[in-house]
Amino acid sequence: MIPGVSGFMYPNEVELQWSLLIVLYPYITGLVAGAFILASLERVFKVQAVRPTYRLALLTALSFLLVAPLPLQLHLGHPERSFEMYLTPHRSSAMAMFGFVYLWYLTVVLLLEIWLEYRAEIVHLARTTTGLTRIIYKALTLGSDNISPHARRIDDRVGYAVTVIGIPSAFLLHGYVGFIFGSIKANPWWSTPLMPIVFLFSAMVSGIAAVLVLYVASMKLRKTPIDMRCLDTIARYLFYTFLIDFTLEMLDLVHRTYEADESFRSLDFMVHTRLWGSQVVVQIILGTLVPIALLASTQLWKFREAARRALYVIAAGLTLVGIFAMRWNVVIGGQLFSKSFLGYTSYKMEFATREGLLPAILLMLLPFVIFLVLIKLLPPWEEGKLLPSRDREGAVEQSGYVAP
Amino acid sequence: MDITRRDLFQLGGKLLVLASAGATLEQITGAAPAPDAYKMADHWWGMIIDIDKCIGCGNCVRACSAENSVPQGYFRTWVERYQVGEDQRPVVESPNGGIAGFPPLARKDVKSFFVPKLCNHCADSPCVQVCPVGATFVSPDGVVLVDESYCLGCRYCVQACPYGCRYLHPTKKTVDKCSLCYHRITRGLTTACCECCPTGARQLVDFKNPKDPVHEFLRNNKVQILKPYMATGAKVYYKDLDGAVR
Repeated sequence: MIPGVSGFMYPNEVELQWSLLIVLYPYITGLVAGAFILASLERVFKVQAVRPTYRLALLTALSFLLVAPLPLQLHLGHPERSFEMYLTPHRSSAMAMFGFVYLWYLTVVLLLEIWLEYRAEIVHLARTTTGLTRIIYKALTLGSDNISPHARRIDDRVGYAVTVIGIPSAFLLHGYVGFIFGSIKANPWWSTPLMPIVFLFSAMVSGIAAVLVLYVASMKLRKTPIDMRCLDTIARYLFYTFLIDFTLEMLDLVHRTYEADESFRSLDFMVHTRLWGSQVVVQIILGTLVPIALLASTQLWKFREAARRALYVIAAGLTLVGIFAMRWNVVIGGQLFSKSFLGYTSYKMEFATREGLLPAILLMLLPFVIFLVLIKLLPPWEEGKLLPSRDREGAVEQSGYVAP
Repeated sequence: MDITRRDLFQLGGKLLVLASAGATLEQITGAAPAPDAYKMADHWWGMIIDIDKCIGCGNCVRACSAENSVPQGYFRTWVERYQVGEDQRPVVESPNGGIAGFPPLARKDVKSFFVPKLCNHCADSPCVQVCPVGATFVSPDGVVLVDESYCLGCRYCVQACPYGCRYLHPTKKTVDKCSLCYHRITRGLTTACCECCPTGARQLVDFKNPKDPVHEFLRNNKVQILKPYMATGAKVYYKDLDGAVR
């Protein structure tokens, strides 16, 4: 009897091929897509209340996106060959498109939008700072130092267009990650056309929750008052998105249970045994039902500001844990049962190995380090803005700001 | 220098001995005929397996392991023993891939049979479809191969294979699987597993060869492929495969 195995596994199935690092991959890309969609609420859908988090959401998305390929690189048997995916992509492979989707999202959507959003301030800083800082900002201007009202209006229009392109791109980025799993017909735990859409909504949920927590944390650390109108609006969007996400996941569950195909007995047994803690307790109860109940309570009853803040942060924190558990259950859970449906294996997580817990923790900390650098370089705070806000309704002209 | 008739005969004899020794050595080492003799377009390889002939001796697993330097604990081919009672719920075992055979049956009230497994060399292979760089491919003669100098080791193909035939080679860090002994079959030999099967339960077949016994076999027997609902175009055909086999 092989330790950790019960029933019959095909001999090559005993060892899990996709580890904790592959759990991080959809989790991180989900945070990116969700944060960007929150940012687009203000930019495209004119939800002015969430304006204080617009830049914060963009920088959050960038911080996580820069880290997104790292778990994949670490996981590869031959990371030095990964560039082949760009040079000789196999057109029928869902995974081959990752590099292109990633590059598109990074350069065409996020970097361009952030650059356009900050360009005027970067030019201003390049002119007013000295030494190394000046060189950095000078480089960031990319040689474009015209910040006349006309030039800024162009920035704004192009930025708007980029965001409009960015929304389907964000959908593509994470829907695509869902497709990587959902298109594997050999694995009934993954193979469902709902997978991309479930991934997409769970991405939005996690991204919105992450920005909410980061916004409250950064305001607390900076001892700056929290804009409650903004926080209430984000929490409301989190609630609505979560309801859709939960409905989709339940639809999947009900469908599987009612259809009860040949894999059902095996998967059902797995959920009631090896995945009970991570799926039922953490993902469904703590990570979904509790935060939805907390958010619903803030919609139904009136709480004082401090209580609402606390409820939002607890709900968002639990949401982040719940979505992580969802990724875990998809990736790890999908490999715990045999494709013969006759047995189960277990995941033995290592610690200080290439695909162990330690690199996973470091990879999850890295976006926050990048985030700290980014907010130092490109402050996202409304009250500290060096230049008046980008023109939404002719604000640039009204401010009377004239480029030096 | 004058060469006498005696010298000529002696030299000729020596050359004959040398040539014979060379030919014998070539036979022993299995040196191949000229590689250009093999035309990929003339072949379409597969395998037929007669369940009733398999005795679970594990010879095929051992031969494959030795021939292809398969790392310990991983399998390019393996043998499963099924025990199926009246409820049709099978109890399956494959201790160490069946490399050392199987212990005697504990139960007598069940039907029991052995099922050798290997890569099905699918014509519409999901592993080939998902490989991001095309390192896994179907050769023109119908064998699914892995280019280990190109494989990234992402293991998407391992997830996509419905039959559990692939693994990550622990030292090469590339995906490995049954190559249908491609180095042998392109030289006119059969696979190591077929070569060593004492009962002829496994037979390499060439669907493009009109004289291959596979045509008669397929015409005259009830055959099945594994997981036909996966629509992978599997090319390993099993004779009298029980419905309980997964």
